[in-house]
Amino acid sequence: MRNMKKFASLALATAMLAGVLAGCGSDGGSTNTTPADNGGSTAATAAPADNGGATTAAGEEGKVLNIYVWNEEYASRMAKHLPGYDAADVENPLKGGKIGDVEVVFHQTPSDNNAYQESLDSAYLKQADAAADDKVDIFLVEADYALKYIDSDFALALSDLGISAADVSDQYEYTQKIVTDSNGNLKGASWQAASAGLIYNREIAKEVLGTDDPAEVQKAVADWDKYVETAAKVAEKGYKMCSVNDTYRVYSNNVSGKWVQDGKIVVDANMDRWIDDSKALADSKAETTDDLWGDDWAKGKDGGVFCYFGPAWFFNFCLDADREGSVANKGGWGFVEGPQSYYWGGTWICAAAGTDNPSLVKDIILTMTTDKAVLKEIAIDESECVNSKSVLADLAGSADGNIALLGGQNPYAELAKGAEGIDLSNISAYDQACNESLQNAMKGYFTGSYKDKDEALQAFYKAVVEKHPELSY
Amino acid sequence: MNNKKSKVVQYNRWGYIFLIPFVVVYLIFQMIPLVTTVYNSFFENYRSGLTQIGPNFIGLENYKTIFTNGDLPAYTKNTLIMWVLGFVPQIIISLLLGAWFTDPSLRLKGQRFFKTVIYLPNLIMASAFSMLFFTLFAKTGPINSILVSLGVLSEPYAFMDNVWSVRGLVAFMNMIMWFGNTTILLMAGMLGIDTSLFEAAEVDGATASQIFWRITLPLLRPILIYVMITSLIGGLQMFDVPQILTNGTGDPARTSMTLIMYLNKHLFSKNMGLGGALSVFLFIITGILSLIVFKFSGNTDPDGKK
Repeated sequence: MRNMKKFASLALATAMLAGVLAGCGSDGGSTNTTPADNGGSTAATAAPADNGGATTAAGEEGKVLNIYVWNEEYASRMAKHLPGYDAADVENPLKGGKIGDVEVVFHQTPSDNNAYQESLDSAYLKQADAAADDKVDIFLVEADYALKYIDSDFALALSDLGISAADVSDQYEYTQKIVTDSNGNLKGASWQAASAGLIYNREIAKEVLGTDDPAEVQKAVADWDKYVETAAKVAEKGYKMCSVNDTYRVYSNNVSGKWVQDGKIVVDANMDRWIDDSKALADSKAETTDDLWGDDWAKGKDGGVFCYFGPAWFFNFCLDADREGSVANKGGWGFVEGPQSYYWGGTWICAAAGTDNPSLVKDIILTMTTDKAVLKEIAIDESECVNSKSVLADLAGSADGNIALLGGQNPYAELAKGAEGIDLSNISAYDQACNESLQNAMKGYFTGSYKDKDEALQAFYKAVVEKHPELSY
Repeated sequence: MNNKKSKVVQYNRWGYIFLIPFVVVYLIFQMIPLVTTVYNSFFENYRSGLTQIGPNFIGLENYKTIFTNGDLPAYTKNTLIMWVLGFVPQIIISLLLGAWFTDPSLRLKGQRFFKTVIYLPNLIMASAFSMLFFTLFAKTGPINSILVSLGVLSEPYAFMDNVWSVRGLVAFMNMIMWFGNTTILLMAGMLGIDTSLFEAAEVDGATASQIFWRITLPLLRPILIYVMITSLIGGLQMFDVPQILTNGTGDPARTSMTLIMYLNKHLFSKNMGLGGALSVFLFIITGILSLIVFKFSGNTDPDGKK
C-alpha cells in the first residue's frame, strides 16, 4: 500500500516536472497571481505573426518571401497586377500566395504610433541571425521615415540587385530622391507618384461657388487667402471645408527647413501659419478637427464636406466608390491642384539586406515599378497616379484616364505636373514622429483643451522627445 | 518512533517537489523580470531609429527625470481621478445589489440570472468595449445623433474633445465592467455574516436601513477594504480602456493619460531606463497598497471582532 502511494506520488511529481520542462509556454496555471483587478490592465504588444510554413532551402534561393507591410494596399496591387503571382485570396491579399514554388508571406503591422517602424526595427536587429526563410526580403517604407532605413544598411542598393539607372529612368525624380542615401545609392522604388491636390465635392461647389468646373474651382482655392475666403462661404451654407488635419500636409510640404536641426526641434514658419490659420478656421467652425481616417472624418465621403486633400491613391483607396450612397459612387468629386503643391505618402519597395531571394526581389521591383503595361493597368484599374512619365502622358491624352468617381474628369495632366514640381529637400528621419505629434498636440489647442498655443507647443515637444529622447527643444 | 520521523521527512521532500513548478515559473516570469527592471532603471538605454543608445550607467538620473519633469504627478492625478469616478458609483451600486440579493426577506426571483448578467460585462475584452464606446460617442456616432434628433442637443457634442466627458466615459466603462465582480465579492462577505444577528435585530425592532448601517456594513468592513485596495491597485494599472478610447494619446491635452499609458509611451521608443524607473515607482506604490490589504485580511477573525 505504501509503495503504491509512493509510486503514485512519484508518477505525479514526474508528470508535473515534465510539464514544466516540456513547455513553459503551455503552462498557464500558476504564472500570474495579480490581485482581483478592478480597474483593468493588460499589456499591449503587437508582434508580427510568425511565419508558418518554413521549409528547408532547396536550390539557390529561399522558398519563402517575407514582405513587411503596414496595410493591404501593396499586397492587393501584387495580387491583382503582378504576372506570375498566384494569390491565395485576391479579396484578402494579406494571406499571401505563391510565385512559382516560393511562398509569399506578408507581415502586417499598422503604422500608427510608429508601430510599423518598431516592427521593422526589431526585424532589422534580428536579420543577421534569422533563418534564411525568416529573413525579411522586401519591406515597404513611406516618405515620412524612409531616410531612417535608406541611410542604414538594412536597405539594399538597387544596383546590387542588378537594377540599373536606365531601368528606372522613366520614374519621377522625386520618387527616387526620397530613397537615395547620403552616398547617392538608389535603394528603393515606387509604382506611385503621390503628387496630390484638392478633391472637391461638385455639388457643394455648385451651390457655394456657382460652378463645378475645375478651372473655376482652382481659382477659388488658388492660395491660402483665397482658400480661407472660400472656407467662410462654405461654412455659411452649413457645410464644412475639411478637417484641419487635411490641410496639414499641404503646409508641411512647403517648409523652409528640416524638423530637426542640430539636435533641436524647430517649428517652421509655415507650420506656424498652419497652426494660426487652422485655429481661426476651427473657431469659426469652417473646418473640423477630426482625426484623419476616423469615423467622423470619413462621414464626409457621403457629403457635407467641401473637400479632401489627397493624391491619386486617395481616389480609389479612400473615397469608398464601391459603396452605394457615397459621393464617389455618384461620380461627385472633382480634382484641382489646390493652394500649394505637395505630395502625400506613396509607398516605396525596398529590398532588405540579407534577403535569400535576390533575383525574385529584383523581378518584383522591376515589374511593379517599371513595367509600363503593369503600370498602365494599375493606373486604369485603381485610378492611381503611377510612377512613369510616359504612362501618365499617355493617360492624360486618352479617355482611359477619365475617372468615374471624379465625374469623368481626367486628372492626369495635373497629377503629372504636380509630380514634376515636388521638392523634397526638407524631409528628415524625424518627420513621422514630428508630424504626428504636432497634429495631435494642436488638436488640443484647436478644441480648447490647451489654453494657448504655447502650452500646446510644449506638449508637442514633450511627445516628440518621448519618441526620440536624444532631441532637445 | 524512528520510523515515523523519517516518514515525515520523506513527505516534506515530496512537498518540495510539488512546489518546483510554481517556483520555476515564478523565477522565470516574475522574479527575473522584476530584478532586471530595477537594474535597467539605472541605465540610459533607448533606441532612436536604428541607433541603439546606451546602456550607460547613470545612477539615479532616470528617477530624477521622472520626478522632476512634472509628468508623474499629472498622470497619477489623472489615474486616481478616473479611478475614484468609477469606484464610488461602483461600490454604491454593488452594496445595494449585494444587500438586495442577500436579503432573505425580499425573496428575489431569478437571482442566478441577474448575478450572471451583471457579471457579463467583465467577460468582454476591455479593448472591444472601448472600441464600442469610441464609436458610440463619436461626433457622428449614434449617441450624438439620438441626442440631436431628440432635441436635447442643438449640435453634436464632441465627447472626445472634452476633459470630463472622456474621463467620465473611462470611469463609466470601468464601473460597468467591474461592478458585477464587486457585487459578488460583497455578497460573499454578506452571506458570511451570522444570520442570527439579523434575526436578533429584527426581533428588537430594527428597520432595514438600521440593519444595513449598524450590522451589515461594520461586519463587512474587512471585505470592503479588500475590495477597495484591490480596486485601487487595478485602478493604478488602468491602461486598456483609456488607451483604446483615446487612441493612445490620452487626449484631450493628455488629461486622460494614465501612468501605465505613460509607461507604454516610453517602452514604445524602447526607452528601458525611464520605463524601468517608472515601473519601480509603480511597484513601490502597489507594494505598499498590497501590504495594507495583507494587514487587514489577516485581521478577519472568525468571531467577527473587527
